[in-house]
Amino acid sequence: MSLNIRKKSSEKALVSYRKITKSFGDRTVLKELDLDIYPGEKIALIGPSGSGKTTIARLLMTLEKPTSGTIEVGGEMLWHMPHKGKLAPANEKHLHRVRSKIGMVFQHFNLFPHMTILRNVTEALVHVLKMSKSEADERAMRMLERVGLQEHTKHYPSQLSGGQKQRVAIARALVMQPSVMLFDEVTSALDPELVGEVLDVIKGIASQGDMAMILITHEMDFARDVADRVLFTDGGIIVEEGTPEQIFENPRSPRLQTFLSRFLHGNSDGKMASRVAAGEEQ
Amino acid sequence: MEWLSLDLLPPLLKGFKITLLLTLVSIIVALFCAFLSGLARISRFAWLRSLAAAYVEVFRGTSLLVQLFWIYFALPMLLNIQLSALTAAVLALGLNYGAYGSEVVRSSVLSVPRGQIEATIALNMTAYQRMRRVILPQAWSMMLPGFGNLQIELLKGTSLVYLITLADLTYQGMMLRSYDLSRTGAVFAWLLILYFIAAYVFTLIVRFAEKRAAAGRG
Amino acid sequence: MWDWEYVEYILPRLLEVIPTALAAALAGFALACLLGLPIALARRSRSKWIAIPMTAVTEFIRSTPLLIQLFVLVFVFPLSFGLTLSPFVAGVIGLGVHYSTYLSEVYRSGIEAVPKGQWEASVALNFGKVHTWTRIVLPQSIPPTVPVMGNYLITMFKETPTLSAITVAELLMTAKILGSASFKYVEAFTLVGVIFFLLSYPSALLVRMLERWMQRSERSTTIR
Repeated sequence: MSLNIRKKSSEKALVSYRKITKSFGDRTVLKELDLDIYPGEKIALIGPSGSGKTTIARLLMTLEKPTSGTIEVGGEMLWHMPHKGKLAPANEKHLHRVRSKIGMVFQHFNLFPHMTILRNVTEALVHVLKMSKSEADERAMRMLERVGLQEHTKHYPSQLSGGQKQRVAIARALVMQPSVMLFDEVTSALDPELVGEVLDVIKGIASQGDMAMILITHEMDFARDVADRVLFTDGGIIVEEGTPEQIFENPRSPRLQTFLSRFLHGNSDGKMASRVAAGEEQ
Repeated sequence: MEWLSLDLLPPLLKGFKITLLLTLVSIIVALFCAFLSGLARISRFAWLRSLAAAYVEVFRGTSLLVQLFWIYFALPMLLNIQLSALTAAVLALGLNYGAYGSEVVRSSVLSVPRGQIEATIALNMTAYQRMRRVILPQAWSMMLPGFGNLQIELLKGTSLVYLITLADLTYQGMMLRSYDLSRTGAVFAWLLILYFIAAYVFTLIVRFAEKRAAAGRG
Repeated sequence: MWDWEYVEYILPRLLEVIPTALAAALAGFALACLLGLPIALARRSRSKWIAIPMTAVTEFIRSTPLLIQLFVLVFVFPLSFGLTLSPFVAGVIGLGVHYSTYLSEVYRSGIEAVPKGQWEASVALNFGKVHTWTRIVLPQSIPPTVPVMGNYLITMFKETPTLSAITVAELLMTAKILGSASFKYVEAFTLVGVIFFLLSYPSALLVRMLERWMQRSERSTTIR
């Protein structure tokens, strides 16, 4: 059961998961998930490994197919299409069209090693959006400036640090102007000192744009800063959701409290730490 | 069922027996050469290493058919001896595939984790014991896929002995063909099928050996 | 026992046949490279109707002797298909088709070595299938396989004497003719062996050097 807190109940959801179930063999990772994401909303997905957060993202990005249930994006079904008055499984053409609204940044960057930084960013512009090379180069350069890598256009991914690579990956996805962008633990594979530069870039994107963002992350302070809504998943369902204040300072479910207790920081906001430790709320 | 041309089988099977016999004996010779030269190439003695390396490079660097012809035609003249086609074939196939096999042996032995060697040193084993009881048994399972491939190549290589008029499967096929040219298609079809069956059976044997070698490992 | 004068006599004859052998090997290799990729793709096809027959056919060709396949081209094709090929062309086709089955495995291993993340990034960026293959996967899968391909070229060159069985005038056939005319087999066949060795051993060393160079350059440009 999910508790959908509709802040903007008058607005139509951009992305809607309805009764989404995903199983790998006899292992069920997501159980009848319902989730709405609104245009421009920034959602943080937190939870233990294997709780299904990444699968939620991968289903939207069409990297996995739902075992049952539907996903709607911008008013259209993603995995299904109308066929002779009924709903049939979507073909590649339909998927290709709806997928254009979704973008993703991966934990392990997945940059194209045989292309320069500039080409990594322009490749999709030229071949998917059918832009001219000069237009694509221009747009790519502006985006690379935004992420601070304009000096590296002629370099190859292997010559960049992890943080730089991830910023390129962000530029590459962003330049396609999706309606919703997925960030799958994008700092988990980075050395600690490189995490900040990437988070700063994402914060900049969040404050500037009206693009919806789904951030799967373990960086709790970051989630608090950026997110409009935080969802906690465990065992394939959304256990608790709410505003960052609600989730981090007043966690209600014991599972969330246990999970958060692992992330206690010695920071100025000692309120969160002490409340969780005292197990004050039930 | 005439289209199956089953009447071709009896004479073909005579040749098939020779092919199989040749293959088996050559495999034994090849294994012998492979182990000898493979281990020699990682020996402490430089002269042994060079000798083995020379053998391997020469036999891998020249063509099997050329070696076959050389052993059958040139060697007897050189040494003033008589060599039957069968002997020449076994030598050529054994030495040639032994050279390729030596690489399989060498790399498998080198792949056994260094810790194993260190353990045998700590237990004060002799080099022979180390090789025989610890290293080779472990290297063996790694060698099997490579050997499996080589034996198929060897089987295919036996078809070349037809060219030195050894009465193998290919030879019998060509004979049958010469009696009735119109049956050429059927003859070759059977040749291919019989070689394929032999290759498949050999592959199954190796796969069985692989499973047995892997039994009891984590 | 060794007649140097005779060697002087036959050496030019042997040397002038080398281009034929090389041409056969190169043409066969080109054909094998060309056929190998579609075969690899067909074997990976998700449609069982394509993948299974293709795998069966290629395994059959790979497991049966090239000699028989050459005989089929030269003896069966004219009879059953009315197609008469010159020995050289038959030899090239035989070599090419036979070794394409091996090269398809090389292509396959190259493709499978491309990290899964590259495929996922292509999906995320909404690349079409053709684009994903031609600009993302293949450019990454083929370069690492070049040394292995090089070794196969050398192997195919060493296989050219088999073509003598269908009367392609390459090295072994020429040596046979010369040797049987004079009964001096030792010189003729030894020379052929030496020629093969002198051509293939340095090539094999070059391929090994290429392999090591590729591994080294990959390590030096990667930042940890």
